[in-house]
Amino acid sequence: MVDLNTYLVIGALLFSLGIFGVITRRNGVAVLMGVELILNAANVNFVAFARFGGMDLSGHIFSLFVIILAAAEAAVALAIILNIYNNMGTINIDEADQLKQ
Amino acid sequence: MGNIQSISYFLPELMVIATVVVALIADLVYSDRNSYKVGYLVIAGLVVASFTLWLSLPEETTPIFLNTIVVDPFSRIFKFVFLLATFIVVLMSMNSDELKGVRTGEYYTLMAAMVLGMSLMASSVDLIMVYLSIEIVSIISFILAGYLRAQVRSNEAALKYVIYGAFSSGLMLYGLSLLYGLTGTTKLFQLSGSISSLGPGSNLTLTVSTILMLAGFGYKVAIVPFHFWTPDVYEGAPTPVTAYLSVAPKAAGFALLIRFFNTLFGTGQPLNSPVWQAMEGVPWQDILMVLAAVTMTVGNLVAIQQKNIKRLLAYSSIAHAGYILMGVPVLSQEGVYAIVFYIIVYLFMQLGAFSLAIVVSNRYGTEIIEEYSGIGWKSPYLGFFMAVFMFSLTGIPPTAGFIGKMYLFAALINGGSQFYWLAIIGVLNSVISLYYYMRVVKVMYFQGGREKDLYVPGGMSAAIVLAMAIPSIYFGVRWSFLADWVNSSLKFFIAGF
Repeated sequence: MVDLNTYLVIGALLFSLGIFGVITRRNGVAVLMGVELILNAANVNFVAFARFGGMDLSGHIFSLFVIILAAAEAAVALAIILNIYNNMGTINIDEADQLKQ
Repeated sequence: MGNIQSISYFLPELMVIATVVVALIADLVYSDRNSYKVGYLVIAGLVVASFTLWLSLPEETTPIFLNTIVVDPFSRIFKFVFLLATFIVVLMSMNSDELKGVRTGEYYTLMAAMVLGMSLMASSVDLIMVYLSIEIVSIISFILAGYLRAQVRSNEAALKYVIYGAFSSGLMLYGLSLLYGLTGTTKLFQLSGSISSLGPGSNLTLTVSTILMLAGFGYKVAIVPFHFWTPDVYEGAPTPVTAYLSVAPKAAGFALLIRFFNTLFGTGQPLNSPVWQAMEGVPWQDILMVLAAVTMTVGNLVAIQQKNIKRLLAYSSIAHAGYILMGVPVLSQEGVYAIVFYIIVYLFMQLGAFSLAIVVSNRYGTEIIEEYSGIGWKSPYLGFFMAVFMFSLTGIPPTAGFIGKMYLFAALINGGSQFYWLAIIGVLNSVISLYYYMRVVKVMYFQGGREKDLYVPGGMSAAIVLAMAIPSIYFGVRWSFLADWVNSSLKFFIAGF
């Protein structure tokens, strides 16, 4: 039986995996993939709540907006990472440390 | 209100949108060498937008565009802050050597687009619009921070910004999804009613959701522990962009934070009622108080060790975010009044300090504080005004910073005895900040040779510095004009509909 809780658990798992990815990965693109997992966890939540919670359509609309904005954000982030690669020859975020703490 | 009727309330933003479109097309026409002329178009557009904003006098809260944003005096005063900050920063950018030799057409266009995003942040009352507006501002900030593509410093700033930014907006989004699941609506005003009818069983979820949402807002206004991006981004980004990021998006973040927390966890009554009730069950008032205390302490203590003027101002801007945040948990009209007043004052002194940093960097080619030695004698103009801004940022009378801090502390003291400890920490922090602000003045006047070249910066740079310095002093002596204006802007804040 697939009910609301199943989707919420999947959402929570995706969220945790996304945070894990952002914290542990050193490759810039992999970190971005972690961020995408977090965004999609929220999307799963939104759609599941809207579908099973007897709520209005705003959950579906919200997730559409999130998808669009995630694409825009990924475009900018990848352009920045590409630029880093052109200038430094690496996309390891640990090696981008010219600015002192 | 429907979409068509809403347009007449949306004129200032429409002017900004028109500016962006015209600037984009103009940038296609101009050659690389003339691309900077887009800046003049943007300035003209901002002036027109300010004028239409001046003519629009919202008597009360008017929800427009199917109740996703509101037009009210509160958002109006913030829109003025955004327009003014952008206007000044565009002028600063035109006189900055860092941006010479780069094609700057898109740069000015993006700044104009950011005004639109910030205006939406200050006026959104729907969770979708909250997220959308934050993302508009964030994505443009990433591009601006990395605008100098050939510079590794600028690249690195953009990389750190985009990773922290995307991460915290993801956290916020998850918090928003939990909130939506609890209440079944994305409208802020309906959320407020639904939350108060939730049973105590939802308190844990609500607390988690509040903390996650705070991560998103906290990143925007750079409060500890969501501040890690700030020093690196501020140091690496072009200086005019740093000045911009430390003022305008921060003000927008606070506008959103105030409206969000007040509507969601207040009583939903208009701001005119003396005290709003905190929502029972979620200790968000305590959370905000602790965050404010930690933010200013960390900002000030780390600022002491900084050697680069941009990093110093970055940490000082974190500390100022802490001061401003003190006004949020007080939950009184006085608290919000103090916040808005302080943000306006902060705009002048912070942009002034940055405009001086740009002039010094153009002339003497340094951002290191120790290398400022003797500038007070070499160029009395720079030395004097840097001292004015540093006094004002510290909050020493008779500068505007003092009046701003005074209102904040007064709001805390009048808020009740549970806020006394926060006020004491705030005062102690002002004393700590005196040390590093005065160090800049000390280096300029008491170190190095005293040769004179009597340098006075060129027309526009000098005018910007002067235009920032006059309000920094004037509002410290006669602030009733500003106080009246801020006061009138708080009326009909969140009247429900």
